[in-house]
Formats: sequence, C-alpha cells, structure tokens
Amino acid sequence: MDMHAHDRRRFLAIGAATAASATPLLTACGAGFGGGRAAGDGSAADDVTGPFDWKRAKGRTVKALLNKHPYTDALIADLKAFTEKTGIRVEYDVFPEDNYFDKLTVDLSSGRASYDVFMLGAYMVWQYGPPGWLEDLGPWMRNSSATGAEWDQEDFFPGLLSADQWSLEAGAPLGRGGQYALPWGWETNVVAYNTEVFGKLGLKPAETFDELREIAGAITRRAPGAGFDGMYGVAVRGSRSWATIHPGFMTMYARNGLKDFTVEGGKVKPAMNSPEAVAFTRDWAEMVQKGGPPSWTSYTWYQCSSDLGAKKAGMLFDADTAAYFQAVKGASPASGKIAFHPGPKGPGGSLATNMWIWSLGMNARSRNKSAAWLFLQWATGKEHLRKGAIEHNHIDPVRKSVGQEAAYKDKMGAIPGFIETFETVVDQTRIQFTPQEQFFDATTSWAAALQEIYGGKNASSVLNGLAGDLASKVG
Amino acid sequence: MPGRTASVPTAGHGAGAGKRAVPAWRRSLRPYLLIVPALLLTGGILYPFGLGLYYTLFDFAASKPQPDLVGVGNYRRILTQPAFWDSARVTVAYAVGAAAVETVLGVAVALLLHRSSPVGRVLEKILILPLMIAPVIAAIMWKLMLQPSVGVVNHLLEPFGLGGVQWTDTPTGALLSSIAVDVWVYTPFVAILALAGLRSLPASPFEAAAVDGAGWWFTFRRLTLPMLWPYVLVAVIFRFMDSLKVFDIIYALTEGGPGDSTMVLQIRAYLEAIRFQRYSFGISYMIVLWAVVYLVTMVLVRYLGRIQNRAAEVER
Repeated sequence: MDMHAHDRRRFLAIGAATAASATPLLTACGAGFGGGRAAGDGSAADDVTGPFDWKRAKGRTVKALLNKHPYTDALIADLKAFTEKTGIRVEYDVFPEDNYFDKLTVDLSSGRASYDVFMLGAYMVWQYGPPGWLEDLGPWMRNSSATGAEWDQEDFFPGLLSADQWSLEAGAPLGRGGQYALPWGWETNVVAYNTEVFGKLGLKPAETFDELREIAGAITRRAPGAGFDGMYGVAVRGSRSWATIHPGFMTMYARNGLKDFTVEGGKVKPAMNSPEAVAFTRDWAEMVQKGGPPSWTSYTWYQCSSDLGAKKAGMLFDADTAAYFQAVKGASPASGKIAFHPGPKGPGGSLATNMWIWSLGMNARSRNKSAAWLFLQWATGKEHLRKGAIEHNHIDPVRKSVGQEAAYKDKMGAIPGFIETFETVVDQTRIQFTPQEQFFDATTSWAAALQEIYGGKNASSVLNGLAGDLASKVG
Repeated sequence: MPGRTASVPTAGHGAGAGKRAVPAWRRSLRPYLLIVPALLLTGGILYPFGLGLYYTLFDFAASKPQPDLVGVGNYRRILTQPAFWDSARVTVAYAVGAAAVETVLGVAVALLLHRSSPVGRVLEKILILPLMIAPVIAAIMWKLMLQPSVGVVNHLLEPFGLGGVQWTDTPTGALLSSIAVDVWVYTPFVAILALAGLRSLPASPFEAAAVDGAGWWFTFRRLTLPMLWPYVLVAVIFRFMDSLKVFDIIYALTEGGPGDSTMVLQIRAYLEAIRFQRYSFGISYMIVLWAVVYLVTMVLVRYLGRIQNRAAEVER
C-alpha cells in the first residue's frame, strides 16, 4: 500500500516536473505563437519597376481559393483569357459558402501561403486585416510599373474601393488606411416580389416598414386560398449566423436611422439595445412570426432564394442577386413573375441600403505577389467584368462603364424593375456596420438574439444582455 | 563427452559454431524497441494536447498574435461566464437524453432480435444501416425531412392532424430533434452490443429458471438484466462520452440555435477558436470539456467493474 502511494507520489512529481519543463520544450519544438504581422515596412510592389507588362510574371502559377458562386463560374469560364494575356496559370479550389470562410480563416491563420489570392467580403477585412494576413494593395495600385493604365480606378462605383480600405482601428470609418482587397462583385439588398400573387391579391410593393409587415402577413393568410399553396409572405434569413443580420435586417435597420455601435472618444459602444432599436427588432421578429418562412431559424440565402423561385414566398428581402438567379428565364417556376422594388423607406424617406461586396484579396505571405497582383488587376478590370456581366451571371458589376453598356442594360432590362431599383438605391448603398474586429462574434450573437426574440423572449432584456456582452468584447 | 559439454555455447561469450550470440546490450534494448510504436503514438497524442494546454495559459488570438501570459485566466473567465454554464447544461441534457433513449431502445430492439426468426435476421442487417451514414449527413438528411412546409415528416403527420410542427424552431423542439437524430444514428450501436451480450449469456441459469416455472418478467429482471448489464454499461459509456462531445449532428441541424438552446460546449469551443479566432479561449473550452468527459468516464468505468463482479456472481 505504501509502495503504491510512493509510486503515485513519484508519478505526480515526474508529471509536475514534465509540466514545468514543457514551456521551453514546446517552444523549442516550434510551438511558439506564429501569425504575427507578415508584412514588413516596405511593400513588394516597390520591387516592380520599368514599364508595365502583362507578361512580367510569365510561367508563374497563381493559386486561388474561391467560393461557389455564379461570379466564380464567370471567372473560371474566362481564366483561359487571363493565361493567354499573361502566361500565368491559375490553379483554384472552390468551396461551398457554408464552409468557405472557415477554410479561408484556418488557412490564413496557419501562416502558410497555400493560396496567393482569395475571395472575401469587405467585412472580412476587419477580421483578417489586423493580424496582418492581407496584403495592402495600395502600393500596387499606385505603382504604374505594376498597374496598367487601363485599370481605371475612377471607373469603380463610388464607395466600393473605399469599402475595402480601413485603418485597422475599431470604429474608424472606412476609406482610410490600407487597401486590403479590391471590389469584384457587389450586392444591394432590396425587395423582390412575385407579381402574380401581388396581382391576384391586389397588393402593391410596400413603401414603409409597417406596410411591409402588413403585406407579409396578408400574403401568408390569403395566398394559399388564392391558389398559391403553402405560400408565405416574406423570405428573410434566420439562421444563427452573422449572415442573417447583414441583408434585409440591416438594411431596414439602417433605413430607420439605427446604428449597431456608436463611437465616442474612440470607444465603440453597442447600440442595438436603444429603445428605437428594441422596438424595430421586436417588429421585425413579429413580421417573421406572422409572415415569414416556417423553420425560419434555419434559413440561409439558399432557402430564401429558392422559396421565391418555387413560389413559396411572396417576397424576398435580401441581396438582389438572390432574386435575380430565380428571375431569369427558365431558372425557376416563378421566373418571369419576379419584379424588383427598392423596398420600404425609413422615416424621412431614407433608402439607406447595406451592401455586400465580393472582393478579391492577396495573401500577405504569398511568395508570388507580382503574378497575384496581375491576376487581381485582370479579374477586377473592365475586360473580364464586361464579359462576366454580359455573357455570364456576374451581375451588379463594380465598374460604372459595365453598368452603362447597352448590352448589359438590355440583358438586365428583361427583369422588371431591376435596373430602376439599382439606380434608385445605389447612391445610398454602403456598408452600414461599424468596422471593428469582433464583427463576426457581434453579428452571430445578434442573430442568436433575434432568434430568441422570435421565440417569444422579451426583446429589451435580450438586447440589453447582448449589448452588455459585446461591450466587454469590442470596447 | 566432456568436449561436447564444453562446446555448448554460453550466453554472452559469443562462442556459437557459426552463430553469433546476441550482445547483452541489444537484449536489454529489445523491450524498449518493442514499445517504440506505442511511445510514438502516445507522443503524437500528448504533444498536441500539451501544446493545447500551453496555449491556454496565454491570451492568444488573431487580434493578439503576440500574446500575454494569463495563467489560469482563461479557465477562470470560462467558469464565471453564464454562457459556459448554459452550454454545460445543454450538453449534459443532450448526453443524458440521447444515451438514455438509445439504451432503452437499443436493449428493447436487441431483446426482440434475440428471438431467432427469419424476419429478425433480415432486420439485424437493416439495423446497422444508420451506423454506416456519417452523422453529419444524417443530420442534414433529417433537417430536410423535418422542414415544416416541404419535409416528409410533417407530410406523414398531416393526415393525423399533426402537420405544421416547427421541429427546430423552438428551443425545446430543437433540442429534442437533435436528440432524435442522435437516437436514429446510434441506437443500432447499442442494440448490436446488447445483442452480442444476450447471445453470450450462459443457458443453464435460464434452463433452471424454466424448470422452476419462472415467468418472463421474473427471468428478465432477475437473470437477463443483471447478466446483460455489463454489456449495456459498455454501450452507455461509449454513447455518453460521445454525446458529451457532440458537434456534427447539432451543428448541421441547428448551428446551436435557436438562440443558445442547442449550444453545446463543442460548438461554443469551435466558434471561439475558429469563427471568432480567440484561440486560447477556444482551446480552454476544449480542455474543460475534456476534463468533464475524463471524470465522467472514470466514474462510469469504476461502476462497470463493480457491475461485472455482480454479474459474475449471478452467473455462478
């Protein structure tokens, strides 16, 4: 027995000694903290000199990480043109959106340079920028040896380039600091509706939020009796994800003049629990209860979009692309019967609209930056974007020149209200969130709070709890 | 003859005719060489574990690539967070619910299949089909089937006036639906273990009970169950441990929602470490979960030992 106890003590002593020695050992074995800022003081762009030449990196290979999307399909279809123009090969991996960002995050945080270029949203700049994972593209853009004259910076829609530019300081406005990505395709959040059910029920698109709630409820109540079996009012996202907040919800929230955070003296404070925000959130949850999709808490844009196409939803308040892909001829049972509308105005007629920008970024650890920059330049250039918009489904071009093309207007003009809606909201479309590193935590928790309110919990106490929790994280 | 005796090789002297004796140092090394694969495997497990533990002592995050030493600060923060206790409660509710239902159903199915019949033999083979499906696929499949408007489950329930159930839209419904998917996937595992146990029970106690005129219930309660219990407990330990660590089924079905109603510890750890990139904090969650699973398993394994002794007494 004594011997047993002695052995155990000895074992514990050895264990303690091992634990004590673990720190230097682990460090020696490469277990130190990696992932520090990769970019040095100078930019690799400074190494590019001489006249601009598309063939400068001939024979190199660029590795790209892409999300499964119609814009990606348009890009892949045109890659041959890039290789012919530059002599650069492009190898790519495509992942579905459900796990695309996890894949990208893990890859970037590992500190490897598995991919030279990748798709990201403008919000991701707030997460990937501060650890130094993204190359600042500003020096590349400013270097005339690296950037061709035809890559016309002024041709981008106002606010799109600046949306990918940030000083990396929480609460600081966009448009200052490094250019961490380039806009490639964007989406405005508007209302698309089924003209057939609106006609049969004698409805008109909502001009106010109260009307939207009323119409959503009316469709759910009356559409099944009018021959639209199982149809509900309005499809909006509801899954426990950051992606639930940014489309329809954030657009209507901003149109009501509400803020996610306020910035006072450089301090970021949650504002989603202000009395006005609580009232709006309660109304939104009630709209979903009375006129939203069954099983709303699992709804992503895939379900919202396909419900509009399958005539299960009377309206869709989401990205214009989500409705467009159901509206094109032969794409869905509802195609030919989908029209676009800017959606409800806020008090004072605000059409403030939140936007999503599919952007292209460069890995700060890439060993192939010159070739990667040529790829980014080509992918966001006029030639490819024109082809993508007219011949493929890269709609919502980031360049004004493409939007003004007659062929583009002819193509998009076939969808009722698409161009008019775009032109109505474009000037008020911008990122309505406050830039800060904890964006994904904040919006995921916000989505969870929205689900709880939808489930019947008191909106005020849920949002106060959320604001209290976030205050310690973002403050 | 003496010459012959002298020619017998003696260990350590290397005097064999054409055979060289194995040196002593090599013989003493042999046991260590034999355990090298096991040592490498142990190292492969312990190194990342040790590295994880090491990271938890810092505040390493994407936003803080050069972290500060915080000691047990991450653990203190976790244990004082209401979110942790909420997740712990959900995790335990899920594990207890899933393991309990799977045990009862698994044993019941095993008892039915034990009566050898052609139908039983076919069912036995069909029974293992859910085990061949990856849990995440099963969860996605069930997510579609439970969809209120187009899912097949509500469609089947509609004639009975039970259509329109919002399976995963309410906190209770989401938790019960997740448990139901777990039960669908893993009940066959319990049933197969219980069936193997039933088939290995000695016949003599049952024959004696039959001679004495014992009824079905008496035989089941006093003979079958005590002797079968060690097998069932092994299944319970596996299922309980696994359910405490659940991630795939719940993440695919509800992502931890609605609200935080199905937010188990694994999902919270994943969100912290991967989605929100607070690496040290996320790993600390995993270490706490590991400690809980380890302690629970130790208790159950000790209990299993006692039950095995008791079953052996019944057999005697």
